[in-house]
Amino acid sequence: MTDFAIKTNNLSKQFGDLIAVNQLNLTIEKGSIYGFLGPNGCGKSTTIRMLCGLLTPTSGTVNVMGFDIPKQAEALKRQVGYMTQKFSLYTDLSVHENLEFMGRIFGIEHRALKKRIDELVSIYSLTGQRTQRAASMSGGQKQRLALAASVLHKPSMLFLDEPTSAVDPENRRDFWEKLFDLSESGTTILVSTHYMDEAERCHKLAILDKGSMRAEGTPLQLMHNINAQVVEVKGEHLRQLKTRLLQLDGISSVAQQGIRLRVLVDNHIAKPLEFIQQKLASTTLDCNLAHPSLEDVFVTVTGDHSQAHPKGGTQ
Amino acid sequence: MKASLRRIYAILLKELMQLKRDRLTFGMIVMIPLIQLMLFGYAINTDVRNIPIGVVDQSQSAAARLITETIKVTQIVDVLATYNTPKEAQQAIVRGEIRAGIIYPVDLAHRISQNQTLAQLIVDGSDTVVSSALLQLRNMPLDKIILEPTLNRKAAPPTFEVALFFNPSRRSQVNIIPGLVGIILTMTMILFTSAAIVREREHGNLELLITTPIHSIELMIGKILPYILVGLIQVFIVLGLGHQVFKVPISGGLLDIFIVTILFIAASLALGLIISTIAQTQLQAMQMTIFVLLPSILLSGFMFPYEAMPKLAQHISEILPATHFMRMIRAVVLKGADAKTLVYDNVWLLSFTIIGIVIASIRFKKRLD
Repeated sequence: MTDFAIKTNNLSKQFGDLIAVNQLNLTIEKGSIYGFLGPNGCGKSTTIRMLCGLLTPTSGTVNVMGFDIPKQAEALKRQVGYMTQKFSLYTDLSVHENLEFMGRIFGIEHRALKKRIDELVSIYSLTGQRTQRAASMSGGQKQRLALAASVLHKPSMLFLDEPTSAVDPENRRDFWEKLFDLSESGTTILVSTHYMDEAERCHKLAILDKGSMRAEGTPLQLMHNINAQVVEVKGEHLRQLKTRLLQLDGISSVAQQGIRLRVLVDNHIAKPLEFIQQKLASTTLDCNLAHPSLEDVFVTVTGDHSQAHPKGGTQ
Repeated sequence: MKASLRRIYAILLKELMQLKRDRLTFGMIVMIPLIQLMLFGYAINTDVRNIPIGVVDQSQSAAARLITETIKVTQIVDVLATYNTPKEAQQAIVRGEIRAGIIYPVDLAHRISQNQTLAQLIVDGSDTVVSSALLQLRNMPLDKIILEPTLNRKAAPPTFEVALFFNPSRRSQVNIIPGLVGIILTMTMILFTSAAIVREREHGNLELLITTPIHSIELMIGKILPYILVGLIQVFIVLGLGHQVFKVPISGGLLDIFIVTILFIAASLALGLIISTIAQTQLQAMQMTIFVLLPSILLSGFMFPYEAMPKLAQHISEILPATHFMRMIRAVVLKGADAKTLVYDNVWLLSFTIIGIVIASIRFKKRLD
């Protein structure tokens, strides 16, 4: 056995002319929570589907839990849990019926299954909804049910495709608590998201854009190695200020946050605060250096500002 | 007003664009009327011709052969076989090989001279359209043609003495109700199975299912089995009510009905599964079901007698499971046939089912691409 749960080599997927995933090299450690952060259409779901064996790669190799994918996809299926982006259990079945159905598909023996369902219903706080149909449940409840169903057979690898896109922040927190519990007990988790706060919780993170990996590392490494300086500018007429700042060379992004502008200044500019004041010819402007956030990292490596390639190091 | 028209135009344009891109619907729009018109333009023909009949000639006379030839010239019948005894002819009718038998008695020559009824016609009365056509033969002035014209007789008796089997009162319900079983099963079985799998695809359930260890064939069989029960319930309702309310005789054994029905249900479900592997949405599944259903109604012998259709339509109808079922269920329910003797149709339905399930399992990949 290897120390890696997932290893891919130049994994690519093409749909007609569209390159959905481009030369992806992934190494995911066992027992870790690994995040895919990226905008919609960046290839997150396609990659996850290839890793599960649902899609055949156009080129490249995939190894998940020691299985060659897609050749040994069937053998892998007993060891992975998959939570789809869209709720994919049966809305016309109750919590109990859905779990029972999935358990039977996985061949769990009757008595063991009953015990496991009792356990899951209590872990995922679904005791009150046990006989309720999924159709009438809230987003958070549905999501907990989906997670319960995907870990029913105690998989050693869990794929979660944008698991919290339909739930409120509080439910998202609870959900992540459950994920850390699973990770603690040795389950490797791959989660895709487009929420920064969610990405920040991962042990390790890959930022994907247009099918390619733009950056990889722990959230701290990524923020530390950011290829820009973050300046917060306070002042009046922020909309006009923003337009003027964006025209300057050496400024890659300006985003308004309430009464402040968050400005990303390229690293080659030595004194970013002075640079901004000088360029705008206003020494009274209130400028401060700020700590980079994950969103700042995301902005510098994706979209039109993607020349930069900060690698998070190899630890 | 102008703005409203513009919006309508925008919608219209968008619909046409979507329609153009939805190739299946587009194909259906063109193909349904085209194919159906071609087929049914020929098939809808109540002038029944070429009804298969058999001859039992106990007289072994030239007169008998002359009468047979004269009847053939009408093109209403095709003489397919000759039998030694009336019983053999009757068995052939039960098996559905022929629709009627002409029995020439030993004393045919005597009867001709005595101005009596010439021969007996035993007719399968289950399909009233066919039996009506055969009944017309009774009025043929055969004596004037084949006998010496000099023998000027008055008020000639009917040429044939007719014995109508299986539906002596010639009520069309007797024929239609067992056939209706076939139509209802075609409609519901194909639609239910195809929609059942397509619905899972539409709701995203399938993406989850294919990440589990379940095999395609397991999924297919698991999907089929509940609907076999549904089909049997429908058969029970139609035949039960048909018997009680419309006095349709149930001549065959219940086990025979059961065997024949199970085979047809299985074949229809297999067809539904194939459709489910092609259709992407429930609407498409519905469209394809109708594509099978219409010919099943019109070509299977349910509405128009098989014999009344041109050769091409007959060949097409042989592909449809409903045609085989129609023949069998009528044989069993109305003529009391033994399911075992209907080998050809049984084997055909069984083969169709097996091939269908295999095709569906192969087509249903546990992949999304």
